[in-house]
Amino acid sequence: MLSSDGRKVVTAWIVLSVIATPLVAVFAPRFYAPGNGSVQATEQVFDNTVMTAILTPVICLLVVFFAYVLVVHRAPRGQELRDGPALRSDATVQAVWVTLSSVTVLFLAGFGTYELLQNGSGGGQGPSPIANPSGTKIPVQVIAQQWQFTYRYPTYGGVETPQLVLPADTYVELHVTSLDAIHSFWAYELGVKADANPGVDNIAYVKTKGPLTFHVRCAELCGLWHGYMFNNGRVVPQAQFAAWVKSQQHAFAPVAKYLPKYATTYYPDPQRRAG
Amino acid sequence: MTVARRLVGFNLLTACLLGIGGWYVGWFAAHAVVGPSIDYFADVDFNELSLVMGYLCGVLGFLVGLGFLNYPFARLRGYPPSLREKETGGIGRYFGLCTDHKVVGMQYLVGIGFFFFIGGLNAMLIRTELLRPSAQVFPAGTYLTIVGLHGTMMMGMMTSGILGPFANYLIPILIGARRMAFPRIEALTFWLLMAAGVILETTIFFGGFPTGWTGYQPLGTQANPGIENYYLFFALVGISMTLLGMNMLATVVTMRAPGLTWTRLPIFVWGVISTSVLMVLAAPVLIATLSMAILDRVAQTNFFVPAQGGSQYLYENLFWFFGHPEVYILALPGFAIVLEILPVFARKPLWGYRLAVGGLLGVTLLSFFVWQHHLFVSGINADLRPFYMLSTELISIPTGLTFICGMMTLWRGNIRYSVPMLFCLAWFFNFFIGGLTGVFLSDTPSDTTTHGSFFSMAHFHYTIMGGLVFTFFAAIYYWVPKMTGYQINERLAKIHFWTMFVFFNSTFFPLFIAGFMGQPRRVVTYANGVHFINVWVSVSAFLLGGSMLLFLYNFVKSLVFDRVPAPADPWGSKSIEWQLPSPVPVQNFDRIPVFSGDPYGYGETGPTPVPAGAPAGMT
Repeated sequence: MLSSDGRKVVTAWIVLSVIATPLVAVFAPRFYAPGNGSVQATEQVFDNTVMTAILTPVICLLVVFFAYVLVVHRAPRGQELRDGPALRSDATVQAVWVTLSSVTVLFLAGFGTYELLQNGSGGGQGPSPIANPSGTKIPVQVIAQQWQFTYRYPTYGGVETPQLVLPADTYVELHVTSLDAIHSFWAYELGVKADANPGVDNIAYVKTKGPLTFHVRCAELCGLWHGYMFNNGRVVPQAQFAAWVKSQQHAFAPVAKYLPKYATTYYPDPQRRAG
Repeated sequence: MTVARRLVGFNLLTACLLGIGGWYVGWFAAHAVVGPSIDYFADVDFNELSLVMGYLCGVLGFLVGLGFLNYPFARLRGYPPSLREKETGGIGRYFGLCTDHKVVGMQYLVGIGFFFFIGGLNAMLIRTELLRPSAQVFPAGTYLTIVGLHGTMMMGMMTSGILGPFANYLIPILIGARRMAFPRIEALTFWLLMAAGVILETTIFFGGFPTGWTGYQPLGTQANPGIENYYLFFALVGISMTLLGMNMLATVVTMRAPGLTWTRLPIFVWGVISTSVLMVLAAPVLIATLSMAILDRVAQTNFFVPAQGGSQYLYENLFWFFGHPEVYILALPGFAIVLEILPVFARKPLWGYRLAVGGLLGVTLLSFFVWQHHLFVSGINADLRPFYMLSTELISIPTGLTFICGMMTLWRGNIRYSVPMLFCLAWFFNFFIGGLTGVFLSDTPSDTTTHGSFFSMAHFHYTIMGGLVFTFFAAIYYWVPKMTGYQINERLAKIHFWTMFVFFNSTFFPLFIAGFMGQPRRVVTYANGVHFINVWVSVSAFLLGGSMLLFLYNFVKSLVFDRVPAPADPWGSKSIEWQLPSPVPVQNFDRIPVFSGDPYGYGETGPTPVPAGAPAGMT
């Protein structure tokens, strides 16, 4: 059925894939973002690993094919122009290719959907999330403005803090909103990213693991000092978190009366337009 | 005396003078209407309307100066339909309104090349700034303007990067016609684009713009007046694209020579058809969106200002409804060029012609159903994320058809490694990496981390620079000897290829790692942990820029100074353009050819695939 050329390529492909795929599946997670800072981050690493493992045979096929064709089927130097065989099409090759690529793609989409619907994978899901993990979650609001993030804890009297501190081993419900332009709240090690839109309550879920310091960066171009819109956050043991919240409530008590009442969105007044 | 007389009339000089004059007319007229400023907070002595009117009247004056209104006025005054403009003159016709599609093609090549070069210089400035983790060279606002200028110029100007020069030049020849369906509109698309390029670059006089190439709202509403230049540039590009696409479709549908059935069209023509469909359907959305954004600023309409009842999501939706077909407008001509060139250098027919056409049309169709994958974490329409994940990943199937057709065309061929072929093979490498990384971006869970990071930036540089720009160079090396009649030095071309290929990959591959390590796009500062990667990337980018300079040197040296005549068919191609003399005569064909097959009959006997009929100069 296959020509001798075809047999060589297919054999080499299968051998290479069988060797490479398990290696990739084992070693890729060590290098993959965003690490194991939260349940969602670990899921993303797993997701990336599965995708890489599925794509490895595809990579092997192209590597083997091109290595073979470009070496074996090249025209000898100085040869007169000579035409190759007039192969116009081959129904079997077409059918196999279309079938394999369709199966791969549908599997990837199905797998991605399954992973997404577990808990939203740390991504912003808008005001009414479809991937809503069960159990208790503590709500934390992320307010983006040009050019910093602040955080409010509605279950602790709506105290507003300049730094994000989260309790360990807890499901957190992040409500991301903005006061002006579009920003994007990116807590890298937690595997969380949610755009901050003015007038929108964008919800993302994350389940923290052990204590950790993580980076927060703005990931959507938001104007002049976008490049400076970053901060650190911390995941701390639950007892320490309770103490921290208390200290914040104490520290910000004098300004608390100037804060607007806690809400899912805010429209600051007046809306200034630059000229 | 004669030189002085030739300067008077409808030409580029008059156009520039009328353009500048028109700018001031619009500026002062708007001033007279609405006074110094309609914005309470503005601390500058002009209003936005005068800026917009200045540029619109400037463009109008520019087009009048070139002579675009002469023909409509002549018709209004009762003159009969006339011949086309300046089709027999000498070198002068390259510097004005000319309706010879071959002249327009050359104009496009030089004009787009010029702006591509400027966009590339902006990239060099970006990489200079990113040599250090903290802001060093430019103030933050200047840096953002440079980023915006680079992105906007590349995404706007290069949409016509292949259709402009090569489709305008080749489509009439490939389908056996003497001209495009609308030759004056064809010229208009080019001169609109040049006016747009100037408008974009002059943003620096009005404070630049901080939004990057996407112009997200409400940032655009609060930005400097320079944002108007961005809106006007992209809107004019949109008009140019729409007209270009309609012209291409009309030409291919109505002007094919006898015997040239749909299944005998060269695959490049199919690439042009699918790209044109995208242009005609997507670009008007962009024009409308940007018009609304301009109105938001000059007339306070608040389409996109959330606090006033508008919606920034509306802008994101509209922009990406254009924006995603846009990236396929950039990519599809590359697919087509690869499939067009491979058979010539593999000496085999194009494998799976119908499959390849199906692949191009499949991408065209699907690209209208994927735009919200740019908005996975934006909180918009979260219920539909699985659908957009599926539709995005489905695009790999028609794209894969392009791959299998290309690969099977190489299979058992006699492959010659000429320069155009090298660029096409590099396309497989680059676009494969671009496509694989696209799988990660289209997967919603994985996209949480990669969205808005250098990972996505590296991804679209692999697909657009690796996909479009590499095939752009393949097309230059392949067709320019036909277009100019002169050879391009092959040794320098090979050095150009290898340096470009190596430094392109060494520039953009590490950016995937930087993105995975958490570096966001468009930032002037970054973490110390990615400092080494950024230095590496910057040095590679400078070397990549050097490779481009080498190309420029070779191009000018070969075509202006060496001028070694090229043979009529240097590659041994069976396609019709190579049966014509180099350069192609003004009327293309003495008699319209009659086609009896497609141009891929390598290794086949039987009826000659070379079109019958008598090409000009051959009778």
